[in-house]
Amino acid sequence: MKNYTFLKLSLSKYCLSEEKEVNLVRKTLYTIGNMEKRSLVTIADHSREKIEYLIQMAEEFERHPNRRLLEGRVVATLFFEPSTRTRLSFETAANRLGARVIGFADPKVTSGTKGETLKDTIMMVSNYADIIVMRHYLEGAARYASEIAPVPIVNAGDGANQHPSQTMLDLYSIYKTQGRLDNLDIYLVGDLKYGRTVHSMLNAMYHFNPTFHFIAPEELAMPEIYKNFCRDHGIRYVEHTDFNADVISGADILYMTRVQRERFTDLMEYERVKDRYLLKLDMLSKARPNMKILHPLPRVNEIEYSIDENPHAYYFEQAHNGLFARQALLCDALGITLEEIRNDSTIIN
Amino acid sequence: MKEKQLLVAAIENGTVIDHIPSEKLFAVVNLLHLDRMTSAVTIGYNLESKELGKKSIIKMADKFFTDEELNQLAVICPNLTLCIIHDYEITEKRTVALPDELKGIVKCANPKCITNNEPMKTHFHVHGNERNALKCHYCNTIIQLDDVQLVEK
Repeated sequence: MKNYTFLKLSLSKYCLSEEKEVNLVRKTLYTIGNMEKRSLVTIADHSREKIEYLIQMAEEFERHPNRRLLEGRVVATLFFEPSTRTRLSFETAANRLGARVIGFADPKVTSGTKGETLKDTIMMVSNYADIIVMRHYLEGAARYASEIAPVPIVNAGDGANQHPSQTMLDLYSIYKTQGRLDNLDIYLVGDLKYGRTVHSMLNAMYHFNPTFHFIAPEELAMPEIYKNFCRDHGIRYVEHTDFNADVISGADILYMTRVQRERFTDLMEYERVKDRYLLKLDMLSKARPNMKILHPLPRVNEIEYSIDENPHAYYFEQAHNGLFARQALLCDALGITLEEIRNDSTIIN
Repeated sequence: MKEKQLLVAAIENGTVIDHIPSEKLFAVVNLLHLDRMTSAVTIGYNLESKELGKKSIIKMADKFFTDEELNQLAVICPNLTLCIIHDYEITEKRTVALPDELKGIVKCANPKCITNNEPMKTHFHVHGNERNALKCHYCNTIIQLDDVQLVEK
């Protein structure tokens, strides 16, 4: 109602016919309404249909990644916490679509260090940019920013909470390698306690009737809250502490994560388990032919380097898919439809 | 036999909250902002109670709360009973009910939650089939109702 009155007042000076004015107000309100919903905070907000829609968008961008679709738009990348990989991926996505990119990669250069609130920074940048890609060390920062910002927010990671663009590229990689998302056996390995990528994976895959296998040391086992989530949504899961060729022989997707030293209270325990979750070449002897190994990277000592040339290895291609997934997320957040992308006349190559 | 004496004086008009577990009394006082009230407030602390052992009671003259205000009390005392008094008579008895959403009442237990680092209101949703937990709208942290801490105002 506040928007409606404001728009009516703003338009009155143009002396439009009543019909034109009503149409314009309706169209603008529709756009505002959509804008409010266009932010991407967590993949859990997306339906099965929406995930499939975004995957189709990513496919279009993989076919033709270089376009002038976002020409004239400004994308802000605000990284309150450094993350070179994610930032470069988002900035490349924006640049390959013709957008201009502003922002910062290092929070030390911002007024946050002078005590400025997140709200003030977001409101200021909203004056300059059409969309904000934000990485923040505090959990819930992206949700809050999406509530206060007049432009769409894309969450590029908020503390240990959510990282939906990583999830989207994981889903796209699974879809590309398996030809489907439904009825897959997905094995998650390593740090299942703190690894936000594996938690987001549960949230996103529950639409697709998966069977999960959780392979982790007891100290880093899947938390009860996520196992409850699986039970509540009828997702099958099996827990393992052993990691060998037999255990992973039934996998379609083997999703590796890093076991981090700093997560352990007992360093003896870390020394005991750190090499137990190392994927070795001979462990692939019984793998299904279609099985692919994913890893959000950076890798430290979870996957033997000799596996890199093996046809099951997919982690570098997975990172490449991030570009197309992020192009899709940026366009969707800006209100560009799949139809428009398919009929795009700005394709360069 | 000696006639039993009322420990807390009756009020003409207002609200009485009885059967408050004594350890929760001061949380209730804070939540209702009784320190800012200008009318008479009588607080009975550690009174004998057959049900609770020790109970507390608050009588607020000329004060009536909205449902929204009272339902916030359910966060700290899920089974409170309230009496609305008119002309020394109880005209209505009410029990509190936990609302589905709580804004600006409960503090998030996660120190890395945005709500603990920005000047903003907290926001929780009631979580679980038994409605015995709260989930932070921002960082998704789940807090059991028994462990809830209120925001300092």
